[in-house]
Amino acid sequence: MTAWLRLHWMAFALTLSKLSRTPFATLLNVLVIGIALALPAGAYALLVDLRAAASNISGDPELSVFMALDASKQEVAAIDARLRAQAQVSRVEFKPRDVALEELKRNPALGDVIAALNQNPLPDAYTVRLGQNDGDALEKLAAEIRTWPKVEHVQVDSAWVRRIAAALAIGRMAVLLLAGLLSFALLAVTFNTIRLQILTQRDEIEVSKLLGATNGTIRRPFYYYGVVLGLLGGGAAGLIVFAALQFMNTGVAEFARLYASNFRLEFLPAGDLAAILVFAAALGWLGAWLSVTRHLREFEPR
Amino acid sequence: MIEFSAVYKRYPGGYEALKNVSFTVQTGELVFLTGHSGAGKSTLLKLIPVIERANSGSVIINGQNVAALRANAIPFLRRNIGQIFQDQKLLYDRSVFDNVMLPLNVTGVHPRDAARRARAALDKVGLLPREKANPIALSGGEQQRLAIARAIVNRPSILIADEPTANLDAGYAAEIIDLFAAFNQVGVTALIATHDQTAVARAAAKVKARTVELKAGELVA
Repeated sequence: MTAWLRLHWMAFALTLSKLSRTPFATLLNVLVIGIALALPAGAYALLVDLRAAASNISGDPELSVFMALDASKQEVAAIDARLRAQAQVSRVEFKPRDVALEELKRNPALGDVIAALNQNPLPDAYTVRLGQNDGDALEKLAAEIRTWPKVEHVQVDSAWVRRIAAALAIGRMAVLLLAGLLSFALLAVTFNTIRLQILTQRDEIEVSKLLGATNGTIRRPFYYYGVVLGLLGGGAAGLIVFAALQFMNTGVAEFARLYASNFRLEFLPAGDLAAILVFAAALGWLGAWLSVTRHLREFEPR
Repeated sequence: MIEFSAVYKRYPGGYEALKNVSFTVQTGELVFLTGHSGAGKSTLLKLIPVIERANSGSVIINGQNVAALRANAIPFLRRNIGQIFQDQKLLYDRSVFDNVMLPLNVTGVHPRDAARRARAALDKVGLLPREKANPIALSGGEQQRLAIARAIVNRPSILIADEPTANLDAGYAAEIIDLFAAFNQVGVTALIATHDQTAVARAAAKVKARTVELKAGELVA
């Protein structure tokens, strides 16, 4: 047992010394893996941020009900009563057309234009909020309200949020596809690096086998190498994404300020970062396994 | 104990390197395997640590038929056999000391014990003062002694050597043979392939030694 642990420790120490003996080659390998992983990881971080932003904006689902311009006070009040009678409606807000016009007049850019009008072009409007966030119920209610008398237009305000959600789902698929494709880059890098090592260590491997090294002992350092290379690459990907987001945030802050928002791009949550590291280590191990299995076969007795 | 019975070894292409070879080396014996180049000496030795496998017949090492040994059991067999290769197979990317450490490192011996045993082995072959040198800086005789130190560092019960005195001048060859005689005296079973009759005679003068001769893959004596 202690011999087994010692063999593991020696394999790990050997890996570190191998990596540090060729710092430039190691750096290039780590960068290739890091960049390959940073693309999907960065896209994923953006998606997470966008989704968070979209859910902030959406809030509760809302309906805007616009009355016809020729609706009488009684007809408008009747709609008010019918809206409040709906079970799933949690709040009804009425904005009379005069109040809406007053608000517009207060806008310095539009004041003159509004003053030039000889009649109020704005309709009476209701804003209706639903208790639970159920897109289908919202659509059904909107369809029903459209059939009521003197209702000119019903707008489902959550429609664009749903469109964003659909777009984000496509984005997720694209990220997964990108991650899948670039994983092959990581596999190829570890596979090839370890193939080269096996070639340069032919003599040592051959002699070790002749002197009674088990296949496990021969393979172990290469597995460690693959895993450590993967971890370093995953770490590099994390740094690249972090730096890129910080860089982009200087632009995003200005953009958000224009929209009076505090929105900024957040770094990946710790759980996702850990998942990326584990994924990179697993890919490194797999690349090592493929390479070692393929290239150590020739040392077997005939 | 090494026991060959009715061993055949055929190489791909039909060349028969060994034909119906049967002989026994008792525990503690020193046996020379002689014969011309191409007689099958190297092939025979390679069957013992299963560097190659016999096509038929059995090769029994310490009660185990290694001709039918599972691949994952081969490393443990090899740890108990000291091998001196015809081309020595020293590693020139590391020191004399690290060459002798290799068999101990691959089996996970504690580094402190391993270093002690490696120095003891180097001391036995008289190379302790050169432990930090690179093998490339050693003379032919010293390189062969290094190969021997690496072979005995695991304290094997069986020692096999393929032409250990080839390419050495008489003085160095005598040193090497004396080493084998000394190991044999402390109970190590040794099988040495050689076509060097002077070496055989020198060993026979020191310890009890026997000779088996191969001719075109068949045992003649």
